[in-house]
Amino acid sequence: MSIEIRDLTHIYNAGTPFAQDALKNINLTIEDGEIIAIIGHTGSGKSTLVQHFNGLLRPTKGTVRIDGVDLSQKGVSLRDVRRKVGLVFQYPEHQLFEETVWEDVAFGPRNAGITGEELEDRVRRALKSVDLDEGFADRSPFELSGGEKRRVAIAGVLAMEPSVIVLDEPTAGLDPRSREDLLGQILRLHKERALTVVFVSHNMAEVAKIAKRLVVMENGGIAMEGSPEKIFVDSEKLQGIGLGVPDMTLLMQRLRERGWSLPASVLTIEAAEAAILEALASKETGAKSSGAGKGSSKGVYK
Amino acid sequence: MAVFRNITIGQYVPGDSLVHRLDPRTKILVTLFLVVGLFFIDSFSGYGIAAVLIGLAIATSTISPRFIFRGLRPVIAIVILTFVLNSFMTEGDPIWQLGFLVLTKEGLFRGSMLALRLILLIVGTSVLTLTTSPIALTDGLESLLKPGKKIGVPAHELAMMMTIALRFIPTLLEEAEKIMKAQMARGADFESGNLIQRAKSLLPLLVPLFVSAFRRADELAIAMEARCYRGGEGRTKMNLLLFRPADYLILSGSGLLIIYLAWAF
Repeated sequence: MSIEIRDLTHIYNAGTPFAQDALKNINLTIEDGEIIAIIGHTGSGKSTLVQHFNGLLRPTKGTVRIDGVDLSQKGVSLRDVRRKVGLVFQYPEHQLFEETVWEDVAFGPRNAGITGEELEDRVRRALKSVDLDEGFADRSPFELSGGEKRRVAIAGVLAMEPSVIVLDEPTAGLDPRSREDLLGQILRLHKERALTVVFVSHNMAEVAKIAKRLVVMENGGIAMEGSPEKIFVDSEKLQGIGLGVPDMTLLMQRLRERGWSLPASVLTIEAAEAAILEALASKETGAKSSGAGKGSSKGVYK
Repeated sequence: MAVFRNITIGQYVPGDSLVHRLDPRTKILVTLFLVVGLFFIDSFSGYGIAAVLIGLAIATSTISPRFIFRGLRPVIAIVILTFVLNSFMTEGDPIWQLGFLVLTKEGLFRGSMLALRLILLIVGTSVLTLTTSPIALTDGLESLLKPGKKIGVPAHELAMMMTIALRFIPTLLEEAEKIMKAQMARGADFESGNLIQRAKSLLPLLVPLFVSAFRRADELAIAMEARCYRGGEGRTKMNLLLFRPADYLILSGSGLLIIYLAWAF
């Protein structure tokens, strides 16, 4: 399922003293089966943008097409669209309301008219995909831990079995462990079910780890777009926007400034480890052949 | 969701007009005069003059009239209902008849008066909240209530409660909108169905909203205690309220005018 956005502009409170341009002329295409991250400063328009993906917000100008269908056209059922494009809001645990986890997760599919065994199946599958076992089904969502609540809320969207899932800062406010778990679950869904994943994030390390393509937003526009490797190389521009690069990319950059020959496109700790080991090995052989260990990296090398 | 966007009551539009700069106490008292006056006025010419005065205040406040009238939209149904009920329920000269419903001259007169009164009340009071920041508003109220302390009116506590209530109107509206959207993303339908279905469909909105209101209240209480809040006892203010010549002028002028209007019309 592809999402195609053309010349999208959105103005909040148009026609009041509080009118505010949230998005300006956005052009973006999300292909089927992609895993894409939208990053940007607070207030850069990320959340506004993702709410256009399932018709919760209507463009002030421009079009949003899901699989070629223009959402602003008459006769397009937005409920159908929302079934296909699942949207998980920021702090989704605040939307839980049912007496049991099971009932809450069943809310979405039930609204889609699913009943009986199919409903049971879907709820079970959704809970399983976020690693919540059967024991959780009968508990009250209000007595769970923060991370568990978040997973229940995400399961509530997954139970509608959308083909695109959009997550707005899914890991915000979670501890490192829950964060890792959640990212793992998202990645697994993407791989196993060929789910198209769009996620909004502030955390560069997490973006680098799972996204194949990045969209960098600034002041309601798209400032940069491309693969993580390509975007994180331009750390100066990113910092200018008020964003950082993953720690490992920064480390590589600092080491390169000290004369080490290391690749620029290192994003994760595993890649960094490999690159440093390789650099050390080549340095060693280089040092042996040329005699003494001269060069600018003496201090570091010891 | 457009429902929430139209609520202008309690909203503040920052500005630097004469009306904005007036002492909040002046604005509260003038509004009070206006409200009382509107209940005494009993003729169209009286309402005409009141409308001109309110119009004058709006013009000096530099707030766009369109924005102010937007605030009327949610109550328009009540205004129309008042008008219709009064038009048909008052006894008097029949003008037109439909079955047992009789439209009377007196009814028409009273209906339009009441409708006008409601509209002027809402527009007039919204000028106060639109031009006065919530903080200034409660400061003014506290200061006005202070004399009542001797007879046990908890002026500071009342003002603080009002500040908090006003402060949380936009927050809760925003929250409600967010939860509504989140449930809509899960296929919830808030717009169709009969009354019972609709009331039921509000549950997924109301439960999380209440939960979050309680959570916020709890957090706020802790934050206030952490900053040693213990009521108004011995508390001083950074910005003292100050009556300026313009305040005295407007206060006495509008006071006299309203008394005259209430008495003459």
